[in-house]
Amino acid sequence: MKKAVSMFLAAALAVGTFAGCGSSADTGSTGSAASTESGSTDSAADGSVFKIGGIGPTTGAAAIYGSAVMNAAQIAVDEINEAGGINGYQVEFKAEDDQSDAEKSVNAYNSLKDWGMQVLMGTVTTTPCIAVADKTAEDGMFEITPSASSTDVIENDNVFQACFTDPNLGTASAQYIGENKLATKVAVIYDSSDVYSSGIEATFVKEAANQGFEVVAEEAFTADSKTDFSTQLQKAQSEGADLVFLPIYYTEASIILNQANGMGYEPTFFGCDGMDGILDVKNFDTSLAEGLMLLTPFVADADDEKTQAFVSKYKELYGDTPNQFGADAYDAIYAIKAAIEEAGVTPDMSVSDIGTALTEAMTKISVDGLTGDGMTWEATGEVSKAPKAMVIKDGAYTAM
Amino acid sequence: MNFLSYLINGISLGSVYAIIALGYTMVYGIAKMLNFAHGDVIMVGCYIVFMTMSGQGWGAVPAVVLSIIVCTVLGIVIEKIAYKPLRKATPLAVLITAIGVSYFLENAALLIFGADTRSFTNVVTLPALKLAGGALTISGTTIVTFLACVVIMAALMLFIKKTKAGQAMLAVSEDKDAAQLMGVNVNATISLTFAIGSGLAAVAGVLFCSAYPTLTPYTGAMPGIKAFTAAVFGGIGSIPGALIGGILLGVIEILGRAYISSQLSDAIVFAVLIIVLLVKPSGILGKQVHEKV
Amino acid sequence: MAKLNLKSMKKSTKDHIITFAMVIVVYIIVQTMITTGNMSSLMQGLLVPMCTYSIVAIGLNLCVGYLGELSIGHAGFMCVGAFSSAFCTKLLQDSIQNEVILFLIAIAVGTVAAAFFGFLIGIPVLRLRGDYLAIVTLAFGEIIKNVINVLYIAKDENGFHFAISDGNKIELSEDGIWLINGAKGIAKIPHLSSFTAGVIMILVILFIVYNFVNSRTGRAVMAIRDNRIAAESVGINITKFKLMAFTISAAIAGAGGVLYAHNLSTVTATPTNFGYNMSIMILVFVVLGGMGSFRGSIIAAVILTLLPEVLRGLKDYRMLIYSIVLIVMMLFNWAPKCIEMRQRIAAKFKKSAKKEAA
Repeated sequence: MKKAVSMFLAAALAVGTFAGCGSSADTGSTGSAASTESGSTDSAADGSVFKIGGIGPTTGAAAIYGSAVMNAAQIAVDEINEAGGINGYQVEFKAEDDQSDAEKSVNAYNSLKDWGMQVLMGTVTTTPCIAVADKTAEDGMFEITPSASSTDVIENDNVFQACFTDPNLGTASAQYIGENKLATKVAVIYDSSDVYSSGIEATFVKEAANQGFEVVAEEAFTADSKTDFSTQLQKAQSEGADLVFLPIYYTEASIILNQANGMGYEPTFFGCDGMDGILDVKNFDTSLAEGLMLLTPFVADADDEKTQAFVSKYKELYGDTPNQFGADAYDAIYAIKAAIEEAGVTPDMSVSDIGTALTEAMTKISVDGLTGDGMTWEATGEVSKAPKAMVIKDGAYTAM
Repeated sequence: MNFLSYLINGISLGSVYAIIALGYTMVYGIAKMLNFAHGDVIMVGCYIVFMTMSGQGWGAVPAVVLSIIVCTVLGIVIEKIAYKPLRKATPLAVLITAIGVSYFLENAALLIFGADTRSFTNVVTLPALKLAGGALTISGTTIVTFLACVVIMAALMLFIKKTKAGQAMLAVSEDKDAAQLMGVNVNATISLTFAIGSGLAAVAGVLFCSAYPTLTPYTGAMPGIKAFTAAVFGGIGSIPGALIGGILLGVIEILGRAYISSQLSDAIVFAVLIIVLLVKPSGILGKQVHEKV
Repeated sequence: MAKLNLKSMKKSTKDHIITFAMVIVVYIIVQTMITTGNMSSLMQGLLVPMCTYSIVAIGLNLCVGYLGELSIGHAGFMCVGAFSSAFCTKLLQDSIQNEVILFLIAIAVGTVAAAFFGFLIGIPVLRLRGDYLAIVTLAFGEIIKNVINVLYIAKDENGFHFAISDGNKIELSEDGIWLINGAKGIAKIPHLSSFTAGVIMILVILFIVYNFVNSRTGRAVMAIRDNRIAAESVGINITKFKLMAFTISAAIAGAGGVLYAHNLSTVTATPTNFGYNMSIMILVFVVLGGMGSFRGSIIAAVILTLLPEVLRGLKDYRMLIYSIVLIVMMLFNWAPKCIEMRQRIAAKFKKSAKKEAA
């Protein structure tokens, strides 16, 4: 019996490896098929197209962020191709899932390398991004992350960010609250198991000491217990906080707003870019978010033409309103385009040559995107753009 | 006063755990398996209520009834396809298929409904109870959840005590082979248990999502594991134990968060669990099984 | 004639040789494929994870298959091994230049730390009868993950800084380094794991566990599994032997964690990598590979690590297909009807083979 099992498993292993070979051959052929479509007769290896890879969680608990990034990136790539590509070369984009796990992210990266990726737009979440940044540094591949916001991500020269760094947002939030005298007593509710949230929280509290307000409660939750926030809210209330800072994502924030309403606690709520999207949670009672302030580079109902075109296209294709993740990814793709044009690289160059050239070009470009006009990049990899303070009024974002 | 309101928060969280734990404990008691897919059946139930109420404009009652029916059928189907063929295999094999089913439901929901968060409409319209001049608030959802918990528990106990099918369940849980010899249809009894457990999951899901109104394909995973812990706390297999275990777990979690550390509340809950098990290995209301030589 | 020799050998010895041979042959094939450039980057990247999960699965198999105790917290031991060893290599990487020595120290630290926690949990729990180990290990896994997320340790010229729950309390000088930084975990871990190291670890661990299960101690452990009361009545010290097996099992999981941590440049304790989901995934390897068969564990770990990656072509459907394959594999392996059917087919094959031989 045991023998039969092991025999079966051995057979399955053999099948597995064959399937492995089969599938890698498959991707090779789809790659060439796609490039045939785009007008070339040879396979992609001859460098007729730019191949941009995207890595992010499209399944698992963080799928909402990864999907937004991949969808928006695809829109940007399609637009570029319609407009004649980059320097006349068409662009191919391929997204791989990493379930927001470092190890799977490296697998996704390797899989994209097999596909022939030349530039990486990813990864979406911070921890996997640190692991992948290590690999891109080894290969000299150019990498721009749409939304991994920790400063650890950009330690390597070849990695750039399209989003704010966590310390940046934490400091900016504290300064905004202090300068506008929004509150004297502030409570923070954050996710201590999440890098983004705990990163902002730490710098916020640090900067708060220099501003004219007091942090009266620092209450945490974790990925394993993020259903009930009544205790955290109650503590904030009993400490007399008149503003609650929420450096978290909107999924949890929607529960917090709901529970605060149930308790009859009505402080000012203040969020960061992760809060963008709260008005689009399906079936969410937007009156609960009335008066919520947030520092974000992007709001989906902004008046400018670019945002409106992007949002309507996104809605048409995917049936949802895009969030800030999507906008950052869209801008990241355009940043890649600008850098390629600046550096004048061609797809037939080696990955590391493209990487070096783009890394150099990155500090020279300026991009007008959805998340800011005239975005520029430091050699450290940080983006400089200004977060806008928004407040939700009558169920819509309004600039303050 | 603060303490009292923390306590009330704990009880409301706990009663949600308890109602999920009822489904776990019942299935474990009779089929001797940890049905890890239970949390995901809850998620399916929630999506059905969400879709019918906010998509089709149904009322709360028909939506919940439909959700119970669908979950019951789903429970029976899962049991037929994935668990029944393994009845004679090691319990571990069934545990693993349960994991497979859990992954399947999560990923199927992800494909069908997408990853985005939905805000669940509270199906409970009962107003909140205000005590001590408004200093203490007990939400309507908490009252309904707690009452539902007690009613379901009582109904289950009555069902097991008074009906033939219930007695058969008891017999199967005591000794499968002996029950078979006595003419109990073991297979049918276990299938019935799954059906009831899944129907309960629908009720639990609706109440859970009413209390904490977000819904994603992964909504069921974490409360599932917490509820399992609650069931162990109270003594797995014991129906009143699930209620007590759930409420205790909720209270410990909230008080730990309020008075010790909000970052370490998970660690506190599990540390208390370990201590309870060391003192009373079978859980608070669990039966000590005596070994036969 | 060689065949005859194999036949006259003790069955278990033969079994062990097959396992060792399998690992070595696979290693040689893979190395040739790499050097001849026939292996995709994806496959190359998967080699170390495959070794990691094989090792942890072997460890868990010792616990589940031989000791007969269910543990759903082996990811917790992996976590202990990963963090303690990464902490240690980060601390020592400036003073020890030789990578091999550094890695050996890391393995030693990770294994000992995991063994220590295994021992600590085992003392009270293994006295109890029933499924308690499962729940307590689950709880342990959750606790360790939670605690690591609030742990801050840093080092600069003024020595070590230590804080719980608030990283801001540490005032680090300019060139100080973070060793463990709360939810960010440990970053910039030297890349020490390799496929060769992984395979050597597997071989050494196989050697240890095979010797263990065939020793007097191992037989005592199996006696306890098969009939505790009978074992007790012949004078076997139940708790001692159980504790011994469980500690070894935890130590092996810790070794897997060491390999895991030094393969990626960063290690964090999240529900996906060290949560109960991972523990259960490892349990899947063990059950699917066959309880008590270390070879089976390795094969199952390899297949199930490969499967979701091989299915990448299916895009959004891959995890769905994966779950279906998992259910079908379980049914195929364990359902009595399937076993019967398989045996019938196997018998047919044997018959026709014999006919051909004749």
